[in-house]
Amino acid sequence: MKISSVKELNDLRHKIQAKKDPDKSCITVCGGPGCLAKQCLDVRDAFVSEISAKGLKDKVKILTTGCHGYCDRGPIALILPQGIFYQRLTAEDVNEIVEETIINGRTVDRLIYTDTETGETIEKEADVPFYKRQMQLVLKDNRRIDPHSLEDYISVGGYLALSKVLGGMKPQEVLDEIKRSGLRGRGGGGFPTGIKWESTRNAPGDKKYVICNADEGDPGAYMDRSILEGNPHSVLEGMIIGAYAIGSHEGYVYVRNEYPLAVKNITIAIQHARELGILGNNILGSGFDFDARINRGGGAFVCGESTALMASLEGNPGEPRAKYIHTSEKGLWDKPSNLNNVETWANVPLIINKGSAWFSSIGTDSSKGTKVFSLVGKINNTGLVEVPMGITLREIIFDIGGGIPGGRKFKAVQTGGPSGGCIPESLLNLPVDYERLTEVGSMMGSGGMIVMDEDNCMVDIARYYINFLQEESCGKCVPCREGLFRLGEILTDITKGRGRMEDIPLIEDISGMMKDASLCGLGTTAPNPVMSTLNYFRDEYIAHIRDGKCPAGVCRELITFSIDADNCTGCGVCLKNCPSGAITGEKKQVHVLDAKKCTKCGICYDSCRFDAVKKE
Amino acid sequence: MKKKEQTTIELSGVDPIIDKYNAQQGSLISILQDIQEEYRYLPRDALEHTARRLGIPKTQVFGVATFFKAFTLKPRGRQLVHVCMGTACHVRGSQNVLEEVERRLALKAGDTTPDGEYTLETVNCVGACALGPVVVMNEEYHGQMSPLKVEKILKKKLA
Repeated sequence: MKISSVKELNDLRHKIQAKKDPDKSCITVCGGPGCLAKQCLDVRDAFVSEISAKGLKDKVKILTTGCHGYCDRGPIALILPQGIFYQRLTAEDVNEIVEETIINGRTVDRLIYTDTETGETIEKEADVPFYKRQMQLVLKDNRRIDPHSLEDYISVGGYLALSKVLGGMKPQEVLDEIKRSGLRGRGGGGFPTGIKWESTRNAPGDKKYVICNADEGDPGAYMDRSILEGNPHSVLEGMIIGAYAIGSHEGYVYVRNEYPLAVKNITIAIQHARELGILGNNILGSGFDFDARINRGGGAFVCGESTALMASLEGNPGEPRAKYIHTSEKGLWDKPSNLNNVETWANVPLIINKGSAWFSSIGTDSSKGTKVFSLVGKINNTGLVEVPMGITLREIIFDIGGGIPGGRKFKAVQTGGPSGGCIPESLLNLPVDYERLTEVGSMMGSGGMIVMDEDNCMVDIARYYINFLQEESCGKCVPCREGLFRLGEILTDITKGRGRMEDIPLIEDISGMMKDASLCGLGTTAPNPVMSTLNYFRDEYIAHIRDGKCPAGVCRELITFSIDADNCTGCGVCLKNCPSGAITGEKKQVHVLDAKKCTKCGICYDSCRFDAVKKE
Repeated sequence: MKKKEQTTIELSGVDPIIDKYNAQQGSLISILQDIQEEYRYLPRDALEHTARRLGIPKTQVFGVATFFKAFTLKPRGRQLVHVCMGTACHVRGSQNVLEEVERRLALKAGDTTPDGEYTLETVNCVGACALGPVVVMNEEYHGQMSPLKVEKILKKKLA
């Protein structure tokens, strides 16, 4: 069926909504990346067979959705319409849920959320602290729709914004609305979206492109993946609206090939949209034509940079170019091109539907709306969180994230990926927005938030990022290529106990040069992880260099393992697990660790239950 | 003689892929991805043939094939083990996990066992950061890994 007017789309929506019984039970199983890794599909399959075995197929709907966000508690199933949040499920739990909750209307207490600190049990998803303090706008529908169903998307108000735009707004009006909303790029740079659109619109030329950057190469961030997997039509709708405002008829989604499910879901979404006439010629009878294609990325971090991404779209190596002429004037195949990231596009329909005034009422003076962060690393509640701009780091990490596991002490939070920096405890009350994060030597980036505790070595973290960037630097410009190489050498020396005090000013010197002279954003921001750790954790660098010690006990050349005779019970676990045969001892006798044979892998340290293995 | 025989087999799989993308230069990366899916690596002959069919220099095809991390010019094993080295995995000890996998498979990252069974590779992020450290074996994710858990999943999967 093809739809050829706004009215037909509205009729279709009403028909779908009328068909829906709001009281019908629905089991939504999270199929996000975190839950998938915890075998959530086994849980889903168990629900399917249990529901059909009980003859409830017509009464209960089972949805496999995109990411619900609370990865730590996966596999997750949300029971609607009650909103009961079942967590850490296995296939064995399914029978009881169906029997008790679906049939008898009772909650299975052992499977609901228990607060680790207070012991309080919470039944409803909306009351769980992790969700309660969030403001989910972009992620909201992830749990309500089947990402493969255009009908589902339409039923929750999907393509309403497109109807509004094509049903009576002029391109200039759309553009003004986005400008007024204050929406800024969610991919890292934070450039005002409306202004970007406007310059592409005003650039001379008939052929213009809109591009969705879904090359989420930033390690530690997976929000774009989750949006594209869970709600691909919201991205597509944003792109069509943007294309209309800009005057473009052709779009590309450049998506990481490492995300096969995202590739699949956006492919299906595009196909369904074409079949319904939401993509193609004369969309909704408006006379506006637009179609989108998918390109899979080749796995290069630098391709998140706009010019490199466009080079890659053209079938060339993803090397950036100097941007004397902006891509909004000469981008893909030298045509005016507008590139926004997944989360930015997904915000567009929200703004059109609810208005720029509503959107700009959320957030801070300079940063409007919400931002999705991936809260990972040494944190209790790992997952995706969507919060209003301006919330403090402390609220995100401690109120939503539930603090640090195992009673360990918070050390730093890294934001902005390899282009960002490490923020220490003293700055935890910092309100999160584009400017504040940049002021403290980090950046918003795409929204990775990696929490580190006292067991993480900040020199090692700096070396990690520099090694990463060294591998990912395209090598075109000298400051980035050689600067990273030298920084990598120096940092490796320091972590191996070969550092010299004069290395510190040298690091600062090279970093300054790279910041000033590199060609693209990868190089100019590359020193951030080093400079921020040097600024806030200089004593750790000095401990490595001057004292030959790694205070966090990470850098292998600077630590030794030994067995504490007082605590060792001779249980033999470390001996059994030691891969290098460095531990000897009879059963129930104190064991001995031969430092010469020890490879410092730490397996004994992790496996000892009596705190007998010491790391110094 | 042997080489020629090999070439015929290889090219029979390449042409349909190139045709699917209308031999467009802009689709070079997609074409190479599909070729790699077909052969599990990028055979030299297939790359040369792609250059001819697309009417572009071999250097351009090889430039793209060597620029992007996802491509490999070496044959891969039948079973793929990926250890994620993303930041979230790193701060939770992925280096120790990698070393344990290397030790158990007697394989360095990037290499394939002589019998062509296993290839071990590191990746910079598989986007399952909440569960780090992550090991992906034949596209199946294993989260919250530790050196101690390596033996178990290798036994289960690779036995």
